[in-house]
Amino acid sequence: MNALLSSALHASAALVLVLLNGVVLVFMLRRMIGRMHLRRGGLHAGPGGVIQTAADVLKLLSKEGTRPGGVNRWVYAIAPMAVFVPSLVAYAALPFSETLRITRLDTGLLFTFAVLSVVPLGVIAGSLASASNRALIGAMRVVARQLACSVPLLLSVLPVVMITGTLDLGDIVNYQTGLWSGAFPRWFAIPLLPSLAIFTTAALCGLDRTVFDIHGIEPGPESGLAGEYSAMRFGLLCISEFGNVFVISALAVTVFFGGWTLPFVPLDLQSSIGPVVFLIKTYTLVFLFLWTRSVLPRVRTDQLMDLGWKWLIPLSIVWIMLVGLVVKASLPGTVV
Amino acid sequence: MSPRAAEHVEHTATGRMVFDVGSQHPSTHGLLRLAIETDGEEIVSAEACLGFLHRGIEKLGEHRRYHQLPTLMDRGDYLSGIHGELASALAVERLRGIEVPPKAHWLRSLLGEINRIASHMAWYGTFGRDAGVTSHFFYSMRDREALLDILEAVTGQRMTFNYVRPGGVIADLTVVAESKIRRFLRTFDAHLDEHQTFLGGNELLQKRLRGVGVIDRDSAMSLGLTGANLRASGVPYDVRRDRPYAAYSELEFGIPIGTTGDAMDRYLVRIEEMRQAARIVRQCIEGLPEGAVMAKLPKALRPREGETYACVESPRGELGVHLVADGSETPRRFHYRAPSLFAIAALEQMLPGTLLADAALLVGSVDIVPGEVER
Repeated sequence: MNALLSSALHASAALVLVLLNGVVLVFMLRRMIGRMHLRRGGLHAGPGGVIQTAADVLKLLSKEGTRPGGVNRWVYAIAPMAVFVPSLVAYAALPFSETLRITRLDTGLLFTFAVLSVVPLGVIAGSLASASNRALIGAMRVVARQLACSVPLLLSVLPVVMITGTLDLGDIVNYQTGLWSGAFPRWFAIPLLPSLAIFTTAALCGLDRTVFDIHGIEPGPESGLAGEYSAMRFGLLCISEFGNVFVISALAVTVFFGGWTLPFVPLDLQSSIGPVVFLIKTYTLVFLFLWTRSVLPRVRTDQLMDLGWKWLIPLSIVWIMLVGLVVKASLPGTVV
Repeated sequence: MSPRAAEHVEHTATGRMVFDVGSQHPSTHGLLRLAIETDGEEIVSAEACLGFLHRGIEKLGEHRRYHQLPTLMDRGDYLSGIHGELASALAVERLRGIEVPPKAHWLRSLLGEINRIASHMAWYGTFGRDAGVTSHFFYSMRDREALLDILEAVTGQRMTFNYVRPGGVIADLTVVAESKIRRFLRTFDAHLDEHQTFLGGNELLQKRLRGVGVIDRDSAMSLGLTGANLRASGVPYDVRRDRPYAAYSELEFGIPIGTTGDAMDRYLVRIEEMRQAARIVRQCIEGLPEGAVMAKLPKALRPREGETYACVESPRGELGVHLVADGSETPRRFHYRAPSLFAIAALEQMLPGTLLADAALLVGSVDIVPGEVER
């Protein structure tokens, strides 16, 4: 198979994965919210509420896309793509198992973060093109929030890089196989609990997913960019945000919870069930994120800035220094 | 220069932006348009633009018989119809000198308090939505549904009841309705604790509500605020206790007051009011006297010349009706004092200086119903 065909296949596999993943997440959220909100109607449309999700998808696909007057046509049309494509590309380096991954990158961890940090660019471009002050204020908030959260998010995984000495997500997972003193899995979640705490807090702030359909009718201008978009352009924005929830959860699983590996399970068995284990772990985290997010009130923008810049970043820097000292003292030679 | 800007950006020129919140906007709780001028995220000025829901209730009242006034009042504050009906009925009774049977008094208090909880539940649900929470809304609607069910069983309607009339009330409590009330009371206190834990007990929400939208005692009084908005500022004024009507002089209840007058106090006062209202409902259902529910009255009421003012404590404050009679079958002047109108004035005063993110929250915290503001 030539290289071009192979990469085209990989890319389309990733696209299918992202789109299907969006549908699965909507289904999950509908069921969860249906139970939490006493809105059980959605659970009964078809077996387990499958038809509800199908209707959601069909609606987005079949709606007429309207474009408000006075917008900058080109930027308006490109912006949803500029938001969607990075969250699609972010799947590239995620290792679903030892062998199953779209591409193997030496700097996988850095690559995923770098790609995700492009998203705010599309958001701000779309809001400027929308020519609406509401969209602008909303987008400014989204961008400010993303900045305040993605810096501590990146800092929180640095201790893992310092210990493993690699940015390759696969190698980070391999480092976590086996057991500590025969009882505890060698997951970084245990020794690096503060890192996990910072990661979770920053991720919760960064992921603004309350309820899927509330997105468009927020009381404040928080809906941001999406306010002036309709039909599948709106759908792209939504899928991208869902995709980001998945990517962040997958990163947490890879970095802190041993990725596709399972403790107490023989290695040859692990390679065959790897992707399933990885998906189960990731969806569990996604569930926890969405669950937490849906019961919490919205934090005001300046409070969130305070949390990000004044607490999470200093805390992670102090923690990085502590871990650095321990690593240097106990494992001389592993850190260059 | 806004006080929040950092020092080194002092010389950056910032333009002002005008936001129109409403009139078709979920957080304006009806049809209310707020023209908000902002400097960045900070609100510089706010102006409430009224008139989207004006139906001429006061003018219509001058062409209706006295019996028909409660029907109009239902459409004013549509979340607490019983209170509007009661205020107009009290005014007519006072003008004409009608003796209301004791059981009707008790039923008015009973239904009034059930309606108060239902109204506060609608406020609680939408207020949390303004703060960005969704889950609690469906639980508040669960409780409100039980209350509307009771009101429907007694009056036949869910919102525009037409139940309280000059001379009494139109229907007695049925056995079914009574058992529904008892069933509701069995679970309500526990449900209220659940609500309080979920929304008010949340530290993130408390951080957003404390110290925001403060109205001090003096400005609350000079603005003419009443109800929970006034009591949150520390003034223990409650029409039910200070100018008793219906059966309230025989009932026991507490009047919660706040200390600082911020959004958190207004929230807590309303939650406690629901608890006290449930207490009153319990007393009413136990102490309900026997007898008729409607006084014997002629088909057309013709009060002699004169005027009167009657007020009740609606969920939003002092709801008053001023009637001027000229001896004919219809009033010459019919005025409706709507507590929400004064709350909007307070809103215009407290919005400047706060952040745009808090605008929706503050609109929710004063609990306005545009239906009664514009009549």
